[in-house]
This record gives sequence, C-alpha cells and structure tokens, in this order.
Amino acid sequence: MINVENLTKVFGPKVAVQGISFAVKKGEVLGFLGPNGAGKSTSMRMITGFIPPTSGKVTVGGYDMVENPLPAKRLMGYLPENAPSYNDMTVLGFLNFCAEIRGLHGGDKKKAVNRAVEMCFLENVIHQSIDTLSKGYRHRTCFAQSIIHDPEVLILDEPTDGLDPNQKHEVRTLIRRMGETKAIIFSTHILEEVEAVCSRAIIIDRGQIVANGTPAELKQRSDIAGAVLLRVLGRSAAELRQKLQDLSTARKSSVVREENGAVSLRVFPKNGMNGELARSVADLVQREQWRVEELHTEEGRLDEVFRTITLPETSQPSRP
Amino acid sequence: MNAASHIKTIAKRELSAYFNSPVAYVFIVIFLLLAGFFTFMAGGFFERGEASLISFFLWHPWLYLFLVPAVGMRLWSEERRLGTMELLLTMPITSWQAIVGKFLASWGFLALALLLTFPVWITVNYLGNPDNGVIIGGYLGSFLLAGAYLAISSMTSAVTRNQVVSFILSVVICLFLILAGWPPVTRLLDQVSESPRLVEAVAAFSVMTHFEGFQKGALESRDFVFFVAVIVFSLFTTSVIIRSHRAG
Repeated sequence: MINVENLTKVFGPKVAVQGISFAVKKGEVLGFLGPNGAGKSTSMRMITGFIPPTSGKVTVGGYDMVENPLPAKRLMGYLPENAPSYNDMTVLGFLNFCAEIRGLHGGDKKKAVNRAVEMCFLENVIHQSIDTLSKGYRHRTCFAQSIIHDPEVLILDEPTDGLDPNQKHEVRTLIRRMGETKAIIFSTHILEEVEAVCSRAIIIDRGQIVANGTPAELKQRSDIAGAVLLRVLGRSAAELRQKLQDLSTARKSSVVREENGAVSLRVFPKNGMNGELARSVADLVQREQWRVEELHTEEGRLDEVFRTITLPETSQPSRP
Repeated sequence: MNAASHIKTIAKRELSAYFNSPVAYVFIVIFLLLAGFFTFMAGGFFERGEASLISFFLWHPWLYLFLVPAVGMRLWSEERRLGTMELLLTMPITSWQAIVGKFLASWGFLALALLLTFPVWITVNYLGNPDNGVIIGGYLGSFLLAGAYLAISSMTSAVTRNQVVSFILSVVICLFLILAGWPPVTRLLDQVSESPRLVEAVAAFSVMTHFEGFQKGALESRDFVFFVAVIVFSLFTTSVIIRSHRAG
C-alpha cells in the first residue's frame, strides 16, 4: 500500500531525511523509531503529502503523492504530531467537518462519526468544546478524525503521546486490531509499544534507516540476546564463574547481582552456540547440585539495541 | 466530492468559527457604531442637505483599513499556530479550495456586517428621495473594497503565525493602496513630478480612485476589474506563500 523510494528532504543546509526507502503492505503495522530530531515527523509529513520531498518518491495505493495527491490522500488517515484540532469547535462539530470533507454526507456521515466516537471512547465529551478538554481527550479526538473514513492507510505520529497508561493500552489494542486489515505506520518513543503492536520496526537516526526488521529480529542484535541468566543460592560467585568458564559452549560470564546469599550471573554463548548453551548450563547445574532459583535464555532488549544503534551518533557534540 | 462542496464545507466551518467566538459580535457592533459615527457626525449627513449616502460610503476605505485586517488576520496564521494546517492540507482537497473557502467565509461575514447598516438606507429614504441605484452601486463597491482588503489580509496572514504581525502588515499594504490615490498625496505627487502620467499610474493602483466611481453610481468595468484583480492576485500569492512554507 505504501511505497517509499529514496525519500530525501533538505531544509536549507540541513539534511533532515536522507534517502530512506521501505514498503508497507496491507496487514502490516510498521513502527517508526528514532531519537528526537531523527527525521521521523519529516518523513511522515512527506508520506502524507503535507510537505513535498526534495527528491524521491512516495506512492500510496499506487498513486504518486506529488503528481496525483487527491486519490492518495483519500486512502489515508493522518494523526499529526501534537494532535492539532480546531479548538473553538465541539468534538461533534469537528468530526462532522472532517467527515464532510472526506465526502461523507447524511446517514453515512452519522454512522462514520458514531463509529469513530465509539472506537475512541469520546461519548462523554462529544458536545464539549475542544479547548475545554484534557490532553488525552484532545488527542483521541484527533485520532478519531484520522479513522473517520475507515482508511486503508493510517499514518500516526506518536499516537499514544500524552495518554494515561489505560488509554495507551486501549489505543495500542486499537492499532493492533486495525493493523490486521490496514497498512499502518506509527512513530513512537516507547519501545515496549513496538513489541506490543508492530509487525515490523524501522529505526531511523539522523535521517537514515539504521535498522529494519521484526521486533524479534531487532532484539537479536542486542548484546545480551542468547545469553543465559542463572541465579544460584548458597555458592560463591568465584566458584560459579570458575565452573561456567570450563563449559565448552560459554564465552564468558559476568555477575549481575549478589544479594541474600544468591548470585545472579549472565553467561554469554560462544559464536553459534546459542541453543546449546542453556542445555549445557542445565547439565552443569545437575552435576554440581546447585540450588537454582532462575534459569532462562535472554531474548535481548529493544532499548539496548536502540541505544547501541543510535547512541554513537547522537552523542557527538555537533551535528553536520 | 467536487470542488464546490469542498469549498462549501470549509466556508461553513470557517463561518461557524467566527460565530463560536464573541469576536464576531464585537466586530459587528464596533463596525456599526463607527459607520454611524462617521456618517452622521464626521461626514455631516444632515448638513449636506441632500438625499444621498455619500457621507456614509466616503469613510469606508478608512473604516475597513483597520476592521478588515482584524477579521482576516487569523485566517491562516491561526491554522499555522494551531497546527491544523497540517490536518487541512493532508485532507483530500487542494490548497486552492481551502484558500477560496476560507476567503469566502470571511467575505460573507463582512457582507453580513455591511447589510446590517440598512437603517442608514431606510433613514435616507424616509427623509428624502435618493437615487437608490447609486446607493446599490455604493454597497457593491464597498463589498468589493472589503473583499480586496480581505484578500490582502489572507495573504499577510499566510506569512506568519503571529496574528499581530499579520494585522500590521495588511494595514500597511491597505494604507498604501489608499494613499496612492488620496487627493493630498496625488497633489503632492503632481508638484514634485513633471509627468502627469506618473501620477495617473500611481493613482491607478489606489482603491480610492476605483471606489469613487461606485460611490457616484458610475459603474465602470475597469473599476470592477481592479477589485477582482486585487482579490485574485492576493489569493494567488497566498497559495504561493503556503506552498513555499510547506516546501521549507
């Protein structure tokens, strides 16, 4: 549904987005990750046709966003960053306006508005003026606007920003459910959200894609992915490390924590020994009669991957 | 889903935005009070001893100078400040439809304010037998004048997200359009320049020169064309400014 080819945006001397390419199919939820100022919002603004790209191409449902924007925009719902809306209108008035401009009238309009109100839990506030609403409600009002015409493509710029944990959960559930039938791109800072919702994630830094894969694949890139975490009672750390060192599958081990007579260690596998490591550790435990409290293989952590990928560049004092 | 229905939807929203806030009512009251004051006090409506609305229309270029930019200053600057421009321009409409829809809504609002001056027309008809054709011409001219100022305000409001800056810019531009043909200025130009063609050319840019015809009931197509041209040019410039702003 969404095809992005070599998209580039230059603001004066600053390159905001540099040659990014990806595609999103129907039934996919693509998470857009990256530090602040990485070019997430700029990319989304180009995909939605708000700003023209300096070079490159965006097609939505086969329609070129620059040459044939109207049919492309018709297929699309967009929640901009900070969820803007007309403050002087009521929620109902605003949603009616958005439905009309999408070409919905009469009974269709009423049905569409009711559906969006219901999905976004706005029943209690529909007659209130938007400027009297709390941030969470304002956000959901704008979100309702983006899904009012049941679009095939949804672009959401930080859809859970400013919501409380319950609302965040609701919105994630909603996105995941809609993702089964639509092509969705959403940006976020919250990494757990990516694991909960996305079928694929892209990490973007300084305008370039630095990682692209399923959340599980990305987690694999973590240093601790495949390591075995072991917690043993009543043995000294030195003894445990000595025994673990002798395993043919282990590369090294490190002590994570020592408390109340229990030692937590992380054992890292030798290259290509991910599967065998846990088994050989378990055998060792049996042989040595260790009293184990915990033993599991780590999947890796997304936040760690995110940091290792984006940190070296963002920590530089000045950006070109 | 044609252009006309998009324009209508946008105009409807814009118009309701005026009436959702007290600004609309305050504006109408101030406009009517000032129009009355200028007509009867400053314009010497009764002292003239003639049944016409000359003293009413005479002041409109000056009255509009401040009131029309006050109506138009928020047109685009507010969209930019709130970020709703991003919402509006990613809807399946062209920016032209948005510009024209918003402009028509404000123009309609100004037309309403102008129509509410009808007691002046009743008064002059009660007191004497004015030429109502001339009066209709005057109203038409005044309406076009308001449209020209408004289109200029639309243009300046696209430049900035700050309404005050937008207001001041459009007052300055409108003031220039008045002064270019204001008798004291044309007299001065006459003295300093040898060529009368230059004075004429400068005055041709003035709303005063073109509004005069409407006041006298002498409707000429070139006056009409002038106002329409100012409106079209300003709205076109609005679209260029918006496009360049989006392009970064």
